[in-house]
Amino acid sequence: MAGNIWVLAEHWRGRVSDLTLELLTLGRELAGGLGTGLEAVLLGHGAKGLAAGLAADGVLSVDHASLAEPNPEASCAALAALIAQRKPQLLLVPLSNVAADLLGLLPPRLKIPLVNFCRDVRAADGRLEARCVLYGGKLEATVVVPGAPVVIGVLPGSRPASAAPAAAPPVTDVAVELPGDLKVRFEQYIDPEPGDVDVTQKDVLISVGRGIQTQDNIALAEELAAALGGAVSASRPVIDQGWLPLTRQVGKSGATVKPKLYLAAGISGAPEHVEGMKGAALIVAVNTDPQAPIFSVAHYGYAGDALEFLPALTAAVKARKA
Amino acid sequence: MNTLVLMKMVPDTVEELEIAPDGKSLDVEAVRPIVSERDDHALEQALLLKDKHGGTVTVVALESRDVDEVLFTALAKGADRAVKVAAGDAMLTAAETAALLAKVLPAVPNLLPAQLIVSGCQAIDDLDGVVAPSLAERLQLPYLGIVTGVEVAADGGRATVYKEYAGGTRGRYVVCLPAVLGVQAAEKPPRYVPVAKVRATMKAKTIECVEAPARDEASLLEIAAMTKPQAAGRAEMLEGSPEEVASKVAEILSSRGLA
Repeated sequence: MAGNIWVLAEHWRGRVSDLTLELLTLGRELAGGLGTGLEAVLLGHGAKGLAAGLAADGVLSVDHASLAEPNPEASCAALAALIAQRKPQLLLVPLSNVAADLLGLLPPRLKIPLVNFCRDVRAADGRLEARCVLYGGKLEATVVVPGAPVVIGVLPGSRPASAAPAAAPPVTDVAVELPGDLKVRFEQYIDPEPGDVDVTQKDVLISVGRGIQTQDNIALAEELAAALGGAVSASRPVIDQGWLPLTRQVGKSGATVKPKLYLAAGISGAPEHVEGMKGAALIVAVNTDPQAPIFSVAHYGYAGDALEFLPALTAAVKARKA
Repeated sequence: MNTLVLMKMVPDTVEELEIAPDGKSLDVEAVRPIVSERDDHALEQALLLKDKHGGTVTVVALESRDVDEVLFTALAKGADRAVKVAAGDAMLTAAETAALLAKVLPAVPNLLPAQLIVSGCQAIDDLDGVVAPSLAERLQLPYLGIVTGVEVAADGGRATVYKEYAGGTRGRYVVCLPAVLGVQAAEKPPRYVPVAKVRATMKAKTIECVEAPARDEASLLEIAAMTKPQAAGRAEMLEGSPEEVASKVAEILSSRGLA
């Protein structure tokens, strides 16, 4: 009998992530295809109440003070012990900033395979095949998922989120010995200073990426945003350059936005960015590269230079209003 | 304060990527290699720590096309030492790279222990592993990733490390040194160095070459096929001059009450 499918129930500041719920849907499908059970793994401290929202056959709970906040050292030790005891065949881990460190540490700790950047996993003839996104979304690898156990890091959007179960799943408390003297210790969260524009509240976002080229060119986006009554947001490279504050970042590490209009100017559309803006009602993308992944999420696209397009659109919008 | 920076080359995704004739791999000949963006931030973070605390910065990379320029650039920016590991022609996966470095690094004279080993927290080709945490495991050092800031205590025994979460929130951690950190973004943008200075560095400094031992660990993954992604949906592409397309977009926005 092959081992169960496990989903790492990622939670942060008291809330289970949407990505975890997507993985439960995926895990349920795989468990069905392989004729095995689905279990959620909940690592935390005083977090057992979250188990009620997890649509799994059972929840394995490890409660320890060192697991109160994300701690790669403690969670890796806990999960490694759990896997050695109970031998699942597959562990699905949400690819998020909360679980990323654990995902990198656990496979080498147990000398087991990792399949990373996975956007889909399917079971066929008792075998598993994963589709993985490489090179910022430019290529896709189809991977034969190797023998058990294996860790799979899954991107957002693989399946719809699972609904909370009608009855809470049975919870099994598992005692795990953790190192008493941790070398990595959480101290506190530092939340961003309020005051700047809240990009999650804007109906129109003009978002700039690497293609904007210089800080001065951001003015072109500001002018368009002003003409449309919106604000300027950005993808990671612009924030990393210090051209706009972190509060303007859209994507995995930044904000998740759902404006009426998201105009992506010079943004290639790496999965980390798309995660934060795919829910926008209307997406218009401008990029010099006609193969840029952004064009697969956009409704309208223009393979051209954002630096020429932005002032042209500002002029066209102003002309309509005049 | 001695810091080791691991840097690796990845394909520049601004260029078109082609699939090799075997249908299972990237056509590496057609690729323009650039340094992994996060590794460049790791170097900057190491240089910022050196600016503040003194000490040395050593950059390490596997031998590959154009890597000399990356290493000389790092030296020109202020790194003290550059080490290139000759590992043959094979394109190593992330897991293979970590396994190899874990073997090679301890054998290089005067390299380890370093108080800090930094690298990017992720690269765009990390299919079967992530180099920084894999190396931390193999060297049995603590690891923290998605790092956006590092402060080292006066006694050098520990560091205060800032880790990025969603929505601009950061977590503050204390990490005992030596440790491995996976850098998401340095506290400042990577510094600029003029080409002339890189050229001068090429004449004044050398890159140390280290032969890698035979590899005995292969990737645990088998790639069945490499494809260009099938777009689930595809944007309606607008054609014309910037002005013509702008006029069409303005019309679309207007029809939706947005302009």
